[in-house]
Amino acid sequence: MKNFKGKVLFLNRSDINTDEIIPAKYLTEITKEALKPYLLEDLVLDGFDQKDVLDKAVIVTRENFGCGSSREHAPWALEVNGINAVIAENFARIFRQNMYNCGMFAIELSKETIDSLFAKYSGKEAIVEIDVDSSQIIFSLDGQKEVINFTIGGFDQTLIKEGGWVGYADKKY
Amino acid sequence: MGKTIAEKIFDAHRVEEPFPDTHVLKLDRVFCHEITTPIAITDLMARGLDRVFDPTKIKAVIDHVTPAKDSKTATQGKILRDWARRHEIKDFFDIGKNGVCHAIFPEKGFVRPGYTIIMGDSHTCTHGAFGAFAAGIGTTDLEVGILKGVCAFHFPKTIKIELNGKLKPGVYAKDLILFIIKELTVNGATNMVIEFTGQAIDAMSMESRMTLCNMAIEAGGTCGICYPDMTTVDYLWDFIKDEYDSKEAALKDYSKWVSDADAEYERVLSYDVSTLEPMMTVGYKPDQVKTVKEMTGSKVDQIYIGSCTNGRIEDLRVAAQVLKGKTISDSVRAIVSPATPAIYSMALKEGIIEIFQDAGFCVTNPTCGACLGMSNGVLAEGEVCASTTNRNFNGRMGKGGMVHLMSPATAAATAINGFVTNSELFKA
Ligand code: SF4
Repeated sequence: MKNFKGKVLFLNRSDINTDEIIPAKYLTEITKEALKPYLLEDLVLDGFDQKDVLDKAVIVTRENFGCGSSREHAPWALEVNGINAVIAENFARIFRQNMYNCGMFAIELSKETIDSLFAKYSGKEAIVEIDVDSSQIIFSLDGQKEVINFTIGGFDQTLIKEGGWVGYADKKY
Repeated sequence: MGKTIAEKIFDAHRVEEPFPDTHVLKLDRVFCHEITTPIAITDLMARGLDRVFDPTKIKAVIDHVTPAKDSKTATQGKILRDWARRHEIKDFFDIGKNGVCHAIFPEKGFVRPGYTIIMGDSHTCTHGAFGAFAAGIGTTDLEVGILKGVCAFHFPKTIKIELNGKLKPGVYAKDLILFIIKELTVNGATNMVIEFTGQAIDAMSMESRMTLCNMAIEAGGTCGICYPDMTTVDYLWDFIKDEYDSKEAALKDYSKWVSDADAEYERVLSYDVSTLEPMMTVGYKPDQVKTVKEMTGSKVDQIYIGSCTNGRIEDLRVAAQVLKGKTISDSVRAIVSPATPAIYSMALKEGIIEIFQDAGFCVTNPTCGACLGMSNGVLAEGEVCASTTNRNFNGRMGKGGMVHLMSPATAAATAINGFVTNSELFKA
């Protein structure tokens, strides 16, 4: 399993698309590592600096994250930057499945919960940790802990534990 | 309780349901192109799994950047080409025979009602125009599709959109789908199939239905679907005439791929299309849509006519009708890319290519080209393109560029004036 613990990048906007996450011109790269410097290069968001992605492990954002193209380069660009989980109100279907297919989290929480995460932790040095067995997200700030439960389907949970869909499907079908 | 067409297709293809709401479906087609497939091939090779489930069900094309523009894109083409040869994938369309995936695969008769189709490309939803379940997927799902001929889906709910009335002259499927995306929003159909029905669909050609279904993903939809009818049978007839005694027999068979009257829908929306005007996008999201009238006069730098949305013969015919005897404004440059070699040949024979050239258009080979800003018409910072494509995301056609999505008629009229204009074909 991948690492699901670290600092949080808050992206306060809905409909962040895969062209913003990784522009098409980089789709000629043959290795995932080559995508690293270009993550969120074309993001339209006031106050966002591309350096903000450094040292982060989790993204918290709004609705419809990952809409647009089917490119799995979007999860890969996150992965090579150490970001293995995105928490949002909801996700575009293909992006969401790509995340789990890569053994990464795309966790959906209610608008109220996302609102409260922005209110409490945005702009602060919070640490988040996601536990797959207990389906819990733990936020830590200044010695205080907050536990948030999430739901995850059996298939997605299996993909996280098996480390992705290819090996699992090859065994099974 | 009746079933939707998507439910019927799921039922007919389900291998198993290993977890609640996880449906592993058998695939009839796996389509491949040179941007998302090479990386899947390389990964399968690295895992020692360089196999394909059935070379006759896999179809591949080089279309996004073709002919190759640099060593990296040449390598992508080479990986796909070598793989197609190695596994005897006969339907591989290389340079000279290639065209935009979602135009060339239907044109070759590879899509049938009731099929399950995946491709590492979000606009795979296009093929739902034939009454198929066709969905874009990522590289990992593509790998499993290539290897095992299966793909897992959550069950998609369906939004039914009834489109009644007749479109005005000068108003097209593109205007209609832009209007629908505005209504649904970019997140409105996420995880859902969009069923298009009604008189307006019955009257549409397969080309127009493909334009409509092509943009289902821009509302988040998994697939757009139209019911198969005689128009579908006519389009496919050359490919299916050995299977059926008559067109009526084919239609009767395909009629099993229609939703039941008492099927359950997530939402049912109904519109009268007879008052619809030409539409276009104005921002960086496909649901930021206004009428062309509201935007008239807005300056553009480039016009692009082509893509899997609007690069088919009927699109070129409409644009040529607007352009005939006219020239484009000195303030703009214009590019047209017929979506497949067959479309290019038809356009040549019909004198359409000449009309484009006389008007001052650059005519390119069939390719995705400018659509995704990788070749053939990348914008400079601050430039605006009037385009018949399907995505207006920031940077889509080049960093700092803006894309206005519109119909071929509007794009052609805009080319003539150098600013956004309704075509003469539209009478308000
Ligand atoms: S024409 Fe554009 S949208 Fe269509 S497949 Fe090519 S790049 Fe994708």
